[in-house]
Amino acid sequence: MSYAKRRYLKPSVFWSIRQGFPSWLTPILISISLLVPFVIWCVLSYGGFINPKFLPTPTTTLITGIDMLQNEELMADIIASSLRVVAGFTFAALVGIPVGLAMGTFYSMDGLLGGFFRTVRYAPIAAFVPLIIIWTGLGETPKIIIIFLGIVFYNATMISDAVKFISDETLNVAYTLGATRRDLLLRVILPATLPNILDTLKLNVAGAWNFLIISELIAAQKGLGFKIIYSQRFLQTDKVLFCILVILAIGLATDLFFKLLFWLCLPWAESKTS
Amino acid sequence: MQTQTFPTTFDQVAIQDGGAKLEIRNVTKIFRRGRQSNMAVDDVSLKLSPNEFSCIVGPSGCGKSTLLNIAAGLVKATSGEILVDGDVVPGPGADRGMVFQNYTLFPWLSVAKNIAFGLSLKGMPKHEQQERVAHYLDIVGLSDYAKAYPKELSGGMKQRVAIARALANDPEVLLMDEPFGALDSQTKEQLQEFFHDLWEKTQITVFMITHDVEEAIFLSQRVHVMDKQGKLRETVEIGLPARRDLEMKLTPEFLDYKRHIVHSLR
Repeated sequence: MSYAKRRYLKPSVFWSIRQGFPSWLTPILISISLLVPFVIWCVLSYGGFINPKFLPTPTTTLITGIDMLQNEELMADIIASSLRVVAGFTFAALVGIPVGLAMGTFYSMDGLLGGFFRTVRYAPIAAFVPLIIIWTGLGETPKIIIIFLGIVFYNATMISDAVKFISDETLNVAYTLGATRRDLLLRVILPATLPNILDTLKLNVAGAWNFLIISELIAAQKGLGFKIIYSQRFLQTDKVLFCILVILAIGLATDLFFKLLFWLCLPWAESKTS
Repeated sequence: MQTQTFPTTFDQVAIQDGGAKLEIRNVTKIFRRGRQSNMAVDDVSLKLSPNEFSCIVGPSGCGKSTLLNIAAGLVKATSGEILVDGDVVPGPGADRGMVFQNYTLFPWLSVAKNIAFGLSLKGMPKHEQQERVAHYLDIVGLSDYAKAYPKELSGGMKQRVAIARALANDPEVLLMDEPFGALDSQTKEQLQEFFHDLWEKTQITVFMITHDVEEAIFLSQRVHVMDKQGKLRETVEIGLPARRDLEMKLTPEFLDYKRHIVHSLR
């Protein structure tokens, strides 16, 4: 057996790991990653490889979509779903952020709240649906509760972890400048974790849309999830696909909104998630 | 522990006797991990007079950082106590300002707001804060960077802001934990000279730890040598002229001190 006495790292552009990456290549790669699935969809549908009943063409989907907007009040579904997501997401933020901050800051709260929040995170929310219906009926409340429960535990645990990443020295220097524990929480820990809080919310808004579909399984009269389930019964795959595309578009828009918010509110920070 | 004084003919800044600004009284710290226990600080006592500048030098891992953190109230001593102006202090407070080795500026605050942090905690009126901030920005030579965020500053500039932030808060004692340790050697020497001038101007009481013997001699009036067992081995009175510049590091007197302390550390 022989082995190389001296080994050097071979230069590479495509496989570069934190050694600089040409800025022009990134948009090209992003376009490829989006175009390839679309091209596959086009080839399979236009090429007639798959029965259009199962996979409609992009044109059919688009035409159906426009028809839904004009004749089936799809806009009302979009608004109904968005309102549910916004409500569930807002409550999950209002509870998750303070609980997460408390858990990350105080050992006592970490034990007291963390025991519950970290454990329940593993419970499948769908399994609670029957109970939630029994407890709160069939209106809007159970739908919002499902979205809320789906993400609130993640909000809390992710934010509490972010607090734990603040260095001891950052907190110690505040103490030596005369900070009380209240000052520490409100004037050091909160601003220090604000970027992580925004990142967490941005990640979990996607979760909210996931749980929306589960929530609209419950006696919904309106909503994108309802529309998808309803269309499935009549094998209207084009309608299902268009609704999914609408959710994707809303997701992209929220993502942009959070990026803008980050850029406007936190000019001193760099986002760690994409 | 013995005290070493070199014969000197230089004009010195006399250390005032009388009431100690900061006193470390019989402080011992034992870290226990499972069945093992490790003596980090072994019955250390020392006093800092008003306006005194003292350093502790010691090999890495000798417990000097622990001692400073105990003095700041950030770490609890196993036994012993810390006194400021004769009163026992139970925890950290604004009377003992601290500058750390790593950059501890708050990244979400501008340079000016970082310096004003302690002042606004005290509830000082806004215009008074602004005056103080402007004064200390001027002292550290960073008036043009008042509105900049820490990420726009170099390492040396960040440490100057950290020093300004600690001083603006008007502490009784300034504690410094290897404040120039993370800087390159040129910046380090610039900051040593800058800090010497600053101490002359403000006459604040400074207690600093470092592993850099030259830095300790250059800046302080007294150098305490700590050994690996966490004991104070000796105290060297530095009889160098009150006014110091970097050239002095090359003089025979300076090198005598250095030789003596380096041998003491071995």
